[in-house]
Amino acid sequence: MDWIAGLLIPFVKALVLVVLLLTGFAYLSYVERKLVARFHVRYGPNRAGPFGLLQPIADGLKMLFKEEIIPRHADKLFYLMAPAIVVVPALLVWAVIPISNFSFRIFGYEITFYLTDLNIGLLYALAVAELGTYGIILGGWSSNNKYALLGALRTSSQMLSYSLPMGTALLSILAVVGSLSLVDIVNAQRGLWFIFLQPLGFLIYFITGLAETNRSPFDLPETENELVAGFVTEYGGIKFALFYMGEYISMMTTSALATTLFLGGWWGPFVDELPILGIFYFVLKMSAVVFLIIWVRASLPRVRFDQLMGFCWKFLLPLGLFNVMVTATVVALWG
Amino acid sequence: MIEMIQHPLFWLVAVIAVLSASGVVLSRNAIYSALSLLANFIMLAALYLMLNAQFIAIVQVVVYADAVVVLFVFVEMLLGAVGRIPVVERLTPHLIVALVVGFLIMVIVGSVVYEVPIGGARGSATQQAINQAGQVQVLGMTLFTDYLLAVELAGVLMLVGLVGALVLTHQWRRERGIRVQRANREGMPSASAGANRSSLTGNRS
Repeated sequence: MDWIAGLLIPFVKALVLVVLLLTGFAYLSYVERKLVARFHVRYGPNRAGPFGLLQPIADGLKMLFKEEIIPRHADKLFYLMAPAIVVVPALLVWAVIPISNFSFRIFGYEITFYLTDLNIGLLYALAVAELGTYGIILGGWSSNNKYALLGALRTSSQMLSYSLPMGTALLSILAVVGSLSLVDIVNAQRGLWFIFLQPLGFLIYFITGLAETNRSPFDLPETENELVAGFVTEYGGIKFALFYMGEYISMMTTSALATTLFLGGWWGPFVDELPILGIFYFVLKMSAVVFLIIWVRASLPRVRFDQLMGFCWKFLLPLGLFNVMVTATVVALWG
Repeated sequence: MIEMIQHPLFWLVAVIAVLSASGVVLSRNAIYSALSLLANFIMLAALYLMLNAQFIAIVQVVVYADAVVVLFVFVEMLLGAVGRIPVVERLTPHLIVALVVGFLIMVIVGSVVYEVPIGGARGSATQQAINQAGQVQVLGMTLFTDYLLAVELAGVLMLVGLVGALVLTHQWRRERGIRVQRANREGMPSASAGANRSSLTGNRS
């Protein structure tokens, strides 16, 4: 039965992944609020359910029942499409992220813990993640509001600029492994994680990851003290929630990619004996990166826009190119 | 299985590609044109995927869909070319030239497509070699052995473009520097410190 292996299994896996990610988004927002509250020495959400655990559900319901307001001068088609364009690419990236090398068999069909091991997985992740920019640009433009448009313009220039240093960080990994497949990259880290081999690369990846997902201190598209709320100014209700969903899923994607590329993916103690432990290690490492991102948000003030651009073009990009050059030389001489 | 859905999938992608391509030319709003172009690029990438050219497909998305169209949209928003484009009602000389050139290009491309059966040229890499090494490695090997000269020439071309852009910006700086110098020589009220500094860099370049 060819169609089971070819269509049904990937479909079910994708469905499980989407459900997990959407639940993950809801609880990530809870975790972030709780953590930031602790950093501020507050309690955070603690009313809905024990420890406020039902807060995301309450928020979701509230968003669903809000009145649907569409500005009269908005470009309706793109105004409605933009939130979806933000969410879908963020979900699509997960098709290539290998969670574990553990696999089991059901009725003779092998089930692996990744959707596909794409030959060009790294490039795919980069290409698809970048498409999310369109959602933000279109959202800002179609709202027909000056603050939204300015926020959208800022985002497009920020995302275009920071994808270059991110590319250099990925390039140095590529030079070491010699393969674009994410499974190969994780397998190459069996002995030594790349964070120790490429500390500079990890730093650049982490900083550009913050900028690409519009996280603090690079959350300029939505600076509330100058742009009201940036590109989400005219959005409300469930469409507003979708923009946030896109941001949080991108945050998880960035963390998962950081885990895959620099933190050894599923590798950890006793994985060889008990491969199922790999899933646990992957989630643990990913949560550590997510925690780091939230910690940065609670600690650092927002940068100014000219500082943002200057930092990217005058510091990060030369640093990244230098890193690639050193890596390439070392690989060519002793690789 | 895959072959079974490939045929209808091709027609779906092809129809969307043609529709979006005509949308680029026919839509009256510049942003809609740019977004039609985006849809067209993504459909083109899907066509590459169906030909098993995964690398080219992704590069198509990275370079054209992610970078070039974002820049288009960016410039359109920044320059305010967002409103409706007026219709040209008369047959201007401009339009006649465009029509003739467009027709010629269509004839050339059409005749090539008609003459050469689809399937294209085949390189030295066999299907086995591709499966063994992965497509990127094979592509890299081919580019840097058989087509090395072309790659190097393309690199030089891009370098020329880069230098050209630098010269254009510096030209503007130098002219401003000379103007400031002349103002200084003629005993005009002294320019600001920033302008003086730019005149120095202008002299050096």
